[in-house]
Parts: sequence; structure tokens; C-alpha cells
Amino acid sequence: MFVKLLIIEYLLQKMSRLKDIFLTKRKSILNIYCTAGYPHLESTLEVMKALQDNGADIIELGMPYSDPLADGPVIQHSSSLALANGMTIKKLFEQLKSFRSEVSLPVVLMGYMNPVLQYGFEKFCADAAAVGIDGLILPDLPEYEFETEYGPIIKKYNLDFVFLVTPETSEERVRKLDNLSTGFLYAVSSSSTTGGGNSKAASEEYLLKLKGMELKNPVLVGFGIKDKASFDAVCRIADGAIIGTAFIKSLENSTDVNASTKTFLSSVLG
Amino acid sequence: MEKEKQSYASPDEQGYYGQFGGAYIPEMLHQNVEELRTKYLEIIYEESFQQEFQYLLQDYVGRPTPLYFAERLSNRYKANIFLKREDLCHTGAHKINNTIGQILLAQRLGKKRIIAETGAGQHGVATATVCALKGLECIVYMGEKDIERQAPNVARMKMLGATVIPATSGSKTLKDATNEAIRDWINNPNDTHYIIGSVVGPHPYPDMVARFQSVISEEMRNQLLEKTGSELPNYVIACVGGGSNAAGAFYHFLDEPSVKLIAVEAAGEGVNSGKSAATTQLGTTGILHGSKSLLMQTEDGQVVEPHSISAGLDYPGIGPLHAHLFESGRATFMSATDKKALTAAFELAKFEGIIPALESAHALHALRMINFNKNDVVVICLSGRGDKDLAAYMMAMMNNNQ
Repeated sequence: MFVKLLIIEYLLQKMSRLKDIFLTKRKSILNIYCTAGYPHLESTLEVMKALQDNGADIIELGMPYSDPLADGPVIQHSSSLALANGMTIKKLFEQLKSFRSEVSLPVVLMGYMNPVLQYGFEKFCADAAAVGIDGLILPDLPEYEFETEYGPIIKKYNLDFVFLVTPETSEERVRKLDNLSTGFLYAVSSSSTTGGGNSKAASEEYLLKLKGMELKNPVLVGFGIKDKASFDAVCRIADGAIIGTAFIKSLENSTDVNASTKTFLSSVLG
Repeated sequence: MEKEKQSYASPDEQGYYGQFGGAYIPEMLHQNVEELRTKYLEIIYEESFQQEFQYLLQDYVGRPTPLYFAERLSNRYKANIFLKREDLCHTGAHKINNTIGQILLAQRLGKKRIIAETGAGQHGVATATVCALKGLECIVYMGEKDIERQAPNVARMKMLGATVIPATSGSKTLKDATNEAIRDWINNPNDTHYIIGSVVGPHPYPDMVARFQSVISEEMRNQLLEKTGSELPNYVIACVGGGSNAAGAFYHFLDEPSVKLIAVEAAGEGVNSGKSAATTQLGTTGILHGSKSLLMQTEDGQVVEPHSISAGLDYPGIGPLHAHLFESGRATFMSATDKKALTAAFELAKFEGIIPALESAHALHALRMINFNKNDVVVICLSGRGDKDLAAYMMAMMNNNQ
């Protein structure tokens, strides 16, 4: 019944790469985060292609910001480097101009509100949709502003929007954020910034609670997923996981982005 | 446009002053900020809270602070100039009004661990002080660069039992210390209260901090009535970095249109020098540290590092209340360069025997920029004392024979 509904929705929406991946693969979805313009300004596309070639299912492309509140030291550092490399939203859209001829994976842009506002929120959505971006994650866009101001613009350009939930998020609020989200729901495994030190990737109890709620969206678990063991552990309950910090680390001193990506992904999936 | 006359003092339910404010926070902070939002007003207006708050303000902080008629300064500038002596508060600045309020709030929320950010160290010291007073663990984030520049305040915090953690990200100054404090709060969602030092941050912080600081203008009204026969002055002047002393000094005059409100920002080496902190002149609408306000940023939306000789004004944003006062024209914004602030500081020292904080010296410079009538009553918020700025004053004496 659930699958049938999804198929109908999929047909109605014609094309949603995000929905498609959950329909066709359905489990152990691996979403990899990478910072645009890292490790080199021109590595954005190279990394994306390497992710596609080596088994990632979704790409979360980070737009670097000077003050990334939700990020731990590793992703902060990659953002600073990317900014120093000259990365901007404008530059990113130039790099992505024809990426769809080479990358077919769903791609979501992750970033903070301020640079997006300066770019112009509607222009940002229009340009993202035009190059073939599938969805957005803007962790500091609160649901009140989403509902009253920005959500309709995001919808107008047929972009998915993903909200975050944490172990502290009440059940009522999880339902609300799930309802507002399209594509997937981002379950932060433990209250922390990205790459957080909490040893246990995600409490089973929390993930089981989310699973038991039979949410509208598939659930991807992020923060603290770093290797095969932690990936497999969350995939036993959730629909998949997001890896960011560990991947960024693996690129840190890389001289061959493609080879490093391959090594990293085979260590997670292998 | 406005149908019902809304008070300038209070934001709407979502925390907006006009178009500025709100709570632009990641979900990881939602629970804590929402808890504050739903409880802060109820808690701070409880009778027992108010009793303890007033008691500590009086016997521990030393309130009410004097409203001092500065006779020689008045003769010089041909107006009736009063100084609101926040420099006489315990710890040497107005900052403690807010930390006393927030520590009482944190206790009532059952929090065991206090975090704070600090630039020059004044808010850090004020926070470490109230944590010692209440026996709560205190962690202060301070930019690595500021730790080097402000060794005495670092020592004070440590002596008071606080742990000072260097912020090594970004530009290693106040904005980054604020980022680190927010990240700490994300990582410690259950037992920790974040004492923000200014009228910035996500709703309800700007309103909560303004309410705690509003004791400044509440006292001013009573003292003016006694000294001049009217509660209302012609001018209230205060410096603005994030804007907490200005918010406190303006608060009970915001809806009194006859009172001119003057906010003085730090122009650094000059508004157009590239080394300035004059946010209303250089900033555009943006989001920083959880609220929408005016912000110094590049055209790509990256936050620009400000500059001021005064570490307390060295912040790339401004509280949303002040952005609204600026945009609506309710307050007049001026700026003072590093040099003008130094001159004003030496002038106050020589004319009145008071060495002001460099921050407050910016407010004093406004005296030179306004043409007063001789009957005008002018109140300047002397937000802090100058002990912490002695190094800068010594340097100035060496360079200029002040």
C-alpha cells in the first residue's frame, strides 16, 4: 500500500530523483556530504562523479559559510578552505551548469541561510532547479519562516526540502517536520554538531521510535556515522545514513580525489 | 502602516522587531530555545524571582547606580549633562545586570552548567562572577586573539573559577567565541544554559537581555524626576556594539517620542577605512547567531570581521531591536572613530575625574556631534569603567601626549 502510494506520487511529480532512489533501492541508502570547492576549488564535480562511480546513492553538497553553527571542526575547516579557495554560490552554480550530463544521482544542497539570502532566495531556488539540483537542507531555516515565507518559493521550483529532527525533538514536532519535509527526513543521531564525539552513533531506541511512527518520509540518519559498522548499524533500522565528517577527513591530504573517494566508499560499503 | 500602536520595546510573538529578529536556529537548539521562549516571561515576573533579582541588584551589584550631574562637562557643552554611572556596578560594567538575571533564570530551569561567550572579557567576568555566587560550573568561550589581548580579564575569570576555552575557529574573536558557545549548547542539550551577553541571538534572548538591562532606564526616570522635575530627558546617548547597554538605557524611553535616542557605533579607523564596526552604515540585512538583523558581510553573504579599538564594540552585527530603531528612525545612529573615542575618554578623565571604558567613550563623543540647547537634559550611559583599557590609554599617552 505504502509503495503503491509512493508510485502514484512519483508519477504525479513526474521526476523526483530523491523519491526515485528510495523507491528503487529502498534500503541502506548512502548519502555522502561533501563541501563544494574542497579540497580544491575545481574538485566539486570530480568528487561528485567519484561518489557516483563508487556506490553513493545521494550527494549532499555543502555550500561553505564563514559561521557554520551546526558543524564541528572538520567540516568547519573544509568550509574555511573552500572559501579561501574562492568558492561562492555563484561560482558553484557555474561549476554545476552542465553537471547533469555526468551525474545522475540525486543532489541536495546544504547550507546556511545568510549566503542564500544575499544571493536572493528566489533566484537561488530558480538557479538550483535550473542546473538540476533536487533538494535543499538549510538547518537554520525555522519552520515558522518556512511556512510563512520560504516554503512556497521552494515548492514553486519543485525542490525538495529536508528538515532535521533530533532525539530531543518531541513526537508531535517530528510529525510536523515530517509533514513539511519532502524527499527524506534527516535524523540527527545524537545532539551534537557534525562529527560529534558521542561514541554511540545513534541510540537504537530513538531510531526505533522514529520507525514506529510510520512517517511520511524515509529517514536518513546523520552525525557520527563514520564507517561500515556504524553505517550498517543504523541501516538495520533506518532507511539509510548520511556520512560527512569522515568523508571530508579522508579527502584532507588527498592527492587523488577519485582514488580517496573509492577507498573511502569501499571501506563503508565493502 | 501600523494599525495598532506597537511598542518599540517588545518584539512580536515570533521575536520580530519590525522585520528584524526571529529565531534562525538549527533543530539541535530548538528544545532549549523553545523552553526559554515559553517560560522566560513567566519566570522573570514571578514574585520570588523579582525579590531575589532586586535584592542582588541592590546589595551585590550596588544599584541603583548614581545619575551624576557632570557640571564641568555641562559647562563645556552648554547643556545639562548627566552620566548614568554603570561603571560603578560590581565588576565594572552594566554587563552584570544581565548575568544576575540569567543565572537566576538558569537555576529555575534546573540547569547545572553555564556557558558564555566574551570579547573583551567583561561579559565573561560578569558571568564567572554570578556562577561563583551561585556555585555553578562556568565555561567561557573567548577568541584566541582576545585571550592574548585581554590577559587581566582572563585571569579574573580563572580566579572566579571559570574555565576559559579559546575559540580557534574563523577569525578567533568575539563572533567565533559566540559560534563556539552555540556549538557547546548543541552538544550539551540537557543541563546547560547559555548566558548571551548582549541583545543578540535567537528570540527570546534579545528581549530577555533588554528586560534585564532595562533597570538602567527605569532608574534614570526616577532619578531625573528627582533631579530635574521631569522623568523625561531630551536626549539619551549610549554606545552600541551588540547593544545591551543601549537597549537598557533606551528601554523605558522607547515609546516617549519627545526623548531623542542617540546610538553611537564604533567607526574604528574610519567608516570607509575597511577597519570599522559601524554596522548600521556598513551592514545589510542578514542572519547571524540566530537572528535576522543588520550585518557586516561580503556580497556573497560571508561575515566580515569588524574592527574597533574597543573590544566590546568589535562585533559585525547589532541586536535586532537596534536594527529596527535604526530603520524606523526612532533612534539616531552616529559613529566615533578610535581616535575620537580616545579623545573623549581623556576629556572625561580630566574634566570629571572619571576614566571611562573605551566603549562608553564612544558615547561621550556624541557630545561633540550634537548642537544642544542650553536647557537640554542629556543622559549618557557610562556603561563601564576604564581599568581594562589602561594599555590602550597608556599607548595613546605615549603617542599623543594626551
